[in-house]
Amino acid sequence: MSHPTKASEFLQDAAKAKWHDETLWFVRDKRDNISKTIPEWEELRELASQIKDNVLANLETYLVEFEKNAKANNIHVHWAKNAEEHNQIVLGILQNHQCKAIVKSKSILTEECHLNPFLENNGIEVVDTDLGERIVQFLNQPPSHIVLPAIHLKKRDISELFHEKLQTEKGNEDPTYLTHAARIHLREKFLGAKVAITGVNFGVAETGEFVVCTNEGNADMGVHLADVHIACMGIEKIIPRRKDLGIFLRLLARSATGQPITNYNSHFRSPAPGKEIHIVLVDNGRTEQLGREKFKNSLKCIRCGACMNTCPIYRRSGGYSYGSVVPGPIGSILSPGLDVKKYSTLPFASTLCGSCTDVCPVKINIHEQLYEWRQEITKAQGTNTKSISMKIANGIFAVPFAYKITGAMMRGALKILPDSITYSGLNIWGKQRDLPETPKETFKDWYKKNRK
Amino acid sequence: MFVDILAFNVQANIFQYLNIHKYRIHKMPLNKKIGLFIPCYVDQFYPNVGIATLELLEKLGCQVSYPMGQTCCGQPMANAGYEWDTIGTTKHFLKTFLDYDYIVAPSGSCVLHIKDHAPAIPGMEKEQESLHQKIFELTEFLTDILKVETLHGSFPHRVGFHASCHGHRGLRLGSCSERNEPFYSKGKQLLEQLDGLEWVELTRTDECCGFGGTFAVTEEALSVQMGKDRLEDHLTHGVEILTGGDISCIMHLEGIAKRNQQPLEFMHIAEILNQAIS
Repeated sequence: MSHPTKASEFLQDAAKAKWHDETLWFVRDKRDNISKTIPEWEELRELASQIKDNVLANLETYLVEFEKNAKANNIHVHWAKNAEEHNQIVLGILQNHQCKAIVKSKSILTEECHLNPFLENNGIEVVDTDLGERIVQFLNQPPSHIVLPAIHLKKRDISELFHEKLQTEKGNEDPTYLTHAARIHLREKFLGAKVAITGVNFGVAETGEFVVCTNEGNADMGVHLADVHIACMGIEKIIPRRKDLGIFLRLLARSATGQPITNYNSHFRSPAPGKEIHIVLVDNGRTEQLGREKFKNSLKCIRCGACMNTCPIYRRSGGYSYGSVVPGPIGSILSPGLDVKKYSTLPFASTLCGSCTDVCPVKINIHEQLYEWRQEITKAQGTNTKSISMKIANGIFAVPFAYKITGAMMRGALKILPDSITYSGLNIWGKQRDLPETPKETFKDWYKKNRK
Repeated sequence: MFVDILAFNVQANIFQYLNIHKYRIHKMPLNKKIGLFIPCYVDQFYPNVGIATLELLEKLGCQVSYPMGQTCCGQPMANAGYEWDTIGTTKHFLKTFLDYDYIVAPSGSCVLHIKDHAPAIPGMEKEQESLHQKIFELTEFLTDILKVETLHGSFPHRVGFHASCHGHRGLRLGSCSERNEPFYSKGKQLLEQLDGLEWVELTRTDECCGFGGTFAVTEEALSVQMGKDRLEDHLTHGVEILTGGDISCIMHLEGIAKRNQQPLEFMHIAEILNQAIS
């Protein structure tokens, strides 16, 4: 289904849509305020952007360096070309350890690879331990936001869900009560899991360590209780030096939620005695994106979600309207690289207002890439009704006389046609908006009379 | 009434004081030719915005002419994904405005298109580069080139300013709420020179109105919702007149407000400035 269809469905519940907009605006506002307490904010963005440019220009070198150092730290390093390979690698590790139940902290990469259904089909219980992710998992939904997975749900929805799944009191919507119930439920799962899976926020090439950022400490809880830690990492998550974290960690949480820093920033360098750490480095279309000159710097993304919070479209259409793993502006420039046909409406789900680009902590030119994807998509679509009308339009505008005639006909038609036609279903503009009054003459006509 | 301008930052020695009608003005250097670019939808639907722009520039001492052969900049096609189909339009635009020292338009969006998205015309790269340097949106031409600092005129109304995205974030006509930068607004800088004008602060200072060209039609539901939300911000803050530098956004907002019988008036910033100082 196309973005416009899903967006208008989302807007049907006007009160909820307004609440969704205001909730995310609140997060953006918090981000604005805290970013303005850092005098060097714009300089940090520039530095982060340059570091990521350097990473993308030397990705192979840094990845090899990372692998070498990680192996020296006794980390098992795996390479996955695509989602299937990634899932098989993870399953293989689980089978080697006769593991039937795992806990997993937030990882958009595993969403991208559809790891959960794959493991479940192979008889493994998967428990997402991030509270928001656990909520959407109960509902059998994907996350609707990469940082705030259950942002589309209200307290009442969660109260009802927990009553059904965790036997909480019916009608009790107190967040502390509900969180406590989730905590008890998850603790049991943490204690039973032999393997914990996490995502990776940053892989440090010079040390072979990686960093996982959470607010709930669920990644740490899972990893410390399990014998085996599997970290799934997109190859673009590499940074050259440990000291670069000083830039990225200052930007990440401030951009994401308006916090000075995520509550837990855990560095994993080598396994504790008797334990194992595996890291799966995943490509899954990333090198292909790297080869697209106009779109490669979408790979600079650190998954803060700020572009979603600021996007006037996302706020009013919700994460599911995009139908892609990563929704919002960044999703709309990443997804067409994976399947241009399936995601062809996403680059058009924007007014090109540019807010996403200005909010991005690594300065990805998101709205310019949306514009560029539009150009690619129309080329891929070839000749259709719209492209014919655009060709005609170019013909009109390239020839002053044709323009004059068409303009006069357009204004003439508006004058003559009764409102019933102008505002009929055929006229989408007029459905909820009046048209401007038709002037007696064009500027051109006026100018001829008054200035020549 | 007087219009004082600290005009033009170069060639100050050739400024001439003139008395035309009631205005005391600095005249633009005689060798500067200004071409007026009136976007196609302004020409067709909002001729008054074009007239106000022309009259305003003339009152400020500029020698302005409107090349009759002009059509459209190509933006509607390019933003819909058909930039490659606008070579003819772009070439025509370039030829039409080749001989002017400055090109001024009452639209940030169209100016941004010319600068950022018009396709390269083989063999005319130099001319295109020069065009990008000399084309200006109206308010930035007034504040940055003419350096208008003291407009004498009165406009006793509560005015809400819609910072249209392409001018705002694309041409940086004002500080953007996402960025850590000192406040500025070229629109406010001009409007605040008028006596009695009350600049109304909004809750969301630079949120998009949802027009977005073909977006207004392809994503109709979202577009209208975004427009309604913008209008609400202006209405709850007691705005009488909503203004801005792009009449396309205003056309969209006005269309929604009219349909819902909301008590707001709409004017392009050129109309306010031109009306106030005459």
